[in-house]
Formats: sequence, structure tokens, C-alpha cells
Amino acid sequence: MSIAVELLEVSRHHGAVRAVDGVSLAIEDGEFFSVLGPSGSGKTTCLRLIAGFDLPGRGRILLHGRDASALPPYERDVNTVFQDYALFPHLSVLENVAYGLRVKGVARREREREAEAALEQVALGGFGARRPGQLSGGQRQRVALARALVNRPRVLLLDEPLGALDLKLREQMQVELKGLQRRLGITFVYVTHDQGEALSMSDRVAVFNQGRLEQVDSPRALYTRPRTVFVAGFVGTANVLSGALARRVAGGDRPVSVRPEQIRLGEPGGDQVGVTGRLVDVQYHGPVSRWQVDVDGTPITVSLPNGDEEPVRPAQGAPVRLCWPRAAMVELEPAA
Amino acid sequence: MSAVTATVQALPAAGGPLRRLSTALYRRRHLALLLLLAPPLLWFGVVYLGSLLALVWQSGSTFDDFTMAVTPTRTWANYRALLGAANLDVVARTLGMAAAVTLACAVLAFPVAYYMARHVTGALKGFLYVAVMLPMWASYIVKAYAWTVILAKGGVVYWFTGKLGLLSALEWVLTLPVVGGSSLSTSNLGRFLVFTYLWLPYMILPTHAAIERVPANLLQASADLGARPAQTFRTVLLPLAFPGVVAGSIFTFSLTLGDYIIPQLVGPPGLYVGTMVYTLQGSVGNVPLAAAFTTVPILIVGAYLALARRLGAFDAL
Repeated sequence: MSIAVELLEVSRHHGAVRAVDGVSLAIEDGEFFSVLGPSGSGKTTCLRLIAGFDLPGRGRILLHGRDASALPPYERDVNTVFQDYALFPHLSVLENVAYGLRVKGVARREREREAEAALEQVALGGFGARRPGQLSGGQRQRVALARALVNRPRVLLLDEPLGALDLKLREQMQVELKGLQRRLGITFVYVTHDQGEALSMSDRVAVFNQGRLEQVDSPRALYTRPRTVFVAGFVGTANVLSGALARRVAGGDRPVSVRPEQIRLGEPGGDQVGVTGRLVDVQYHGPVSRWQVDVDGTPITVSLPNGDEEPVRPAQGAPVRLCWPRAAMVELEPAA
Repeated sequence: MSAVTATVQALPAAGGPLRRLSTALYRRRHLALLLLLAPPLLWFGVVYLGSLLALVWQSGSTFDDFTMAVTPTRTWANYRALLGAANLDVVARTLGMAAAVTLACAVLAFPVAYYMARHVTGALKGFLYVAVMLPMWASYIVKAYAWTVILAKGGVVYWFTGKLGLLSALEWVLTLPVVGGSSLSTSNLGRFLVFTYLWLPYMILPTHAAIERVPANLLQASADLGARPAQTFRTVLLPLAFPGVVAGSIFTFSLTLGDYIIPQLVGPPGLYVGTMVYTLQGSVGNVPLAAAFTTVPILIVGAYLALARRLGAFDAL
């Protein structure tokens, strides 16, 4: 497989703020690649650097092997779906979608035919005559998608494209986006702060924190083998044990992470470790209940599947025994 | 699981008369609106529209050339006189200047407005605002007289052109028909320069406001879709900022159309609509014809707005 987008030691500083700091990564052709991080982590700056809206202070950006570090956006074979869609309000939906072909000099008849086809691809056939202002958020989202896809880019950049949609619509669009990507075989670079979204859609995920790349991995590896304390806490829920507690259960100085669903109540068996804590609270979440347990000052979350019957539950503040398999613990790099 | 106890206290009874008044107005929204709008409505409705109607009525009155008396007898004579060759010449001269000044202001203002809206922030932006508006603080008459000195032979412009060694080029430009004259201060070019200087801020401010309202990501989206900067300007920025340019052009256009001071101080002889009205109602005393002349700018600006609307200037509002 060839490399679609490659960042080599890329940095972009805004004054004293290191928006992106020494990031290197390679995105493969045809991959659904997510860039995940909290706000201010540098993920959007990273996307802007690939699109060309911002230029790197240091480092190089390669698009399909060609150095694009200093190219303006209109010289790059990538297209962007903006967070708030950025549709042209003075143009009709059809004109919006045909815009990329228009500026490339494609004849009106042909570009309108292609734009109509692109609109049908996103299930908006027949909406061409409307203005963007007359569409709902979800429809605008689709128009923005069609406007980018009509140019047949080799790489599509998506900047939190579902951020403004409500939950139901977002879940539906996730499925559609993933299906579209698989069908077209285009490289998707998908920026999001929603770890669930990143895990469910991506081939690989890059986790950003404070301008630096923490880890790049498949969703499963990211969840089961987080490398740093930040990744363990940001991707899913993790119990991070450190200090004396980590030494006692894992025998090392490094912090370890245990997922809530790995922990059970009761005495440890052969390959398990056990701790004693006090029950703080129990929250009901439908399929599971979350128990908050305090173990010598470290809060531990335990996720227990719910049966049909109300379980016998110790009183608040009562001691509880917890255990988990030794193999469920992941050793983490100490926080920098 | 703890029991919640709450004490309910009665709100204090309505206080002073001011408080009762604001409560009463809050409940009667229409009354509050009416009170707020009454002064401007009276001003516009009675003073402005009233005098406009009086003007139109006046333009239909009869003027006796011998007795110099105005009688209220209705007549179209003033409008027929308006369509005479000499008077149409005045209208055409004014219109040509207004169009040229508007075009020049729009071309000059756009880069300044774009720079202010997109590239500067903080103190520099404040400074530029003041720099654009400061000339409006100085008296219009003072500026007009200052320009007669600046443009006169031996003035700053001649001196500077001489320093640049371009004096012969300036002399050549002044030999051109329409534009030229015996010196800059008595040429149409000089008058055009003064008008453009005077009305430029009125074009910069609305254009700036319009450009500032164009979201930055629309320009990025355009570039992202492959548009070069010139294409983005033509297909995205200009259409979206056009209402601002039209708003500015209404200022520059109508201010030039109605001006009666600059044509007297700078440029060649020859009447403008403004000076014509000034002369007719002053020394001549033909108020009805003067009134008929004042309807000309009104009609022209009305036609101009209709045209701007047809061009889609207000679509992006």
C-alpha cells in the first residue's frame, strides 16, 4: 500500500503555543484514519496543515509522495468537509456542489450533471435548486460532502463533520460515511473529539494531546493496549493505578491501567489480583451498572452486567473485595 | 435521601413609581415600542417626508419670468424646462462625475477595507478606524479650500510631480479633453480627486463591515475546492461583500450628486445639479424650477437602487 499523507517532524507554533509539536505520521491510501483529541490538542491544526490553510513552521508534509509543505490549498489534491459546512450562502445547492468543477473550467452542462450525480450519491437528488439556508443541518452536511466528493479527491479531510448534529442523526451519518468511504475507496482523514466515533469508524486512530502525538493504532489496540496514561483515560474509561497501589498489584513502578469491565467482585483466583475498597456509589446504565469504589484513595470504576433481578448490594461505605486477571493490566508510560 | 425543607417567602410588594411604570410597560409591549419609535417617526414622517412632499408640490407651481412671482397654479412647465438641452447637460455632467467618483472610491476602498477586516487586529485596527474617520471630523469647507491650494499651480501636487520629474506627463494629462484644464485646480481631474478624497471614508466603512461579515472559512472552502485567489475574489468574496459596496456607493453617488460647494471651488466652470438649485432658488428666485431639479437626484438614486437590486446586490443580505 502506498502512503497518501505523510507528516515528517511537523511543528506549528502560534506564538508561545505549540499547536502541533514535532508530529510524524503516515496515512495509507484508502484508509479511514481518525485524528482524536480534546479541544486544543492540535488535531484541527493538523488537518489545516494537510489542507494548506496553515503552513508548518518546521517539518515536511508529503501528499502521495510529493512535497506539499509550501503549496497553497488550491494546488493540493485534497478536499475538506468543514465543521460548520462553509456552504456558499449566495449560491444554490447545485452551484455549491458544482463550484469545484466551475473553477476548474468544466463546462456548465457537464458540471451540473456531475453535481446532480454527487447530490444523488448523498441522497439529496432534486434539492439542487434550493439555497443552503433552506436546508436542515443534516442536509447541509450532505451537501458539504457532495461538494467535496464531486472533485474526486484522493484524500478527503473531515473536520468534526458530525459535531453539530443531534445524536440519532450522528449515528446514522457515521454508518453512511463509513459506507461511502468503503465504496469510494478514498482516504478519509477524520478529525473528532468523540472517542466512540473514532473507535467505531476508523481503520486507525491517532491520539493527540497538547500538540503531540500520543499513539497511532487500530481501535482495538488503542483500547486494549493504551501506551500512555492520557490515551488510557481518553479512549474509553480506564482505572489508572499508580504509586504504592501499582507496586502492590503489578509489582512495578510504572502506572497500570485496568478497564472497568475486567473487574469483578469477590476473591481473586489463581491468575488474579485482589484489592479491598469501600463502595462510594452505584449508577444504573441499563445493560450495566457502574460501581464507584474507593481503594486507599484511588477511585476505581467497576462495570458489572445487569441481570433481570435487582442484585444484593452492600451499603454505601461498606467494604467490597475486587479482583481482576493479571493479564488485564496494561503497563503505561509514566506521564511526561 | 435527606429531606428537603424550603421556606417560601413572598416577593416584596411593588416598589416606587418608576418600578411600577416599568412593570406596566413590560406588560404593554406595544406601548413601550410606540414610545420609543414616536420621536424618529415624527422626525421622518413629518419633517423629512413632509418637506419632500412640499418640494414636489412646489415643483408644479408656476413661475412668472417678468414679475418673478410664484403662483400655485399647477403646471408641467418646470419639468419641460428641465428636459431642455442646457439643463440635461447639467444633469449629464453631474451624473458622469458621480459615477466616476463612485467607481474610484469602490476600487480604492476595497483593498483598505479587506486589509482592515481580515489582516489586522487590536490596536492597529483601532488606529485604522480612527485614521479612516478622522478626516470626517474636519470641516468639509476647510478641506475643500485646502484642496484648492494643494492642487493650484505652485501647490504641493505640482511641486511633488516636479520632484519626480513627471511634470510634463501632468501637463499632457491636462491637455486631454473633458479631464483636463488650464491647471489641476481648474480641471475636472482636480474636482474628481477632491470628491474621491472627501467621500472615500463613506465607502470604506460599509465595505469593511460587509467583508468582515463574510466567514473566513468560505474563502478557505473556495481555495480548498481549487479556486485561485482571483477566482475566490470574483465568485465568493465580491458577491458576498457587494451589498456593502452598494451601500457605500449610495453615499458616494448621492453626496456627489447633491454637492454644490466643490463645483464652485475646484474645477472648470459649468453648473452641477447642486449649484443649479443653489443659483435658481437664490439669485434667480425660481423656486419651482429649483424644486424640479431636486427631483432629479431622487429619481436617479431610485433608479440606481432598482438596478442594484436587479443585479442581486441585496441577495446576500
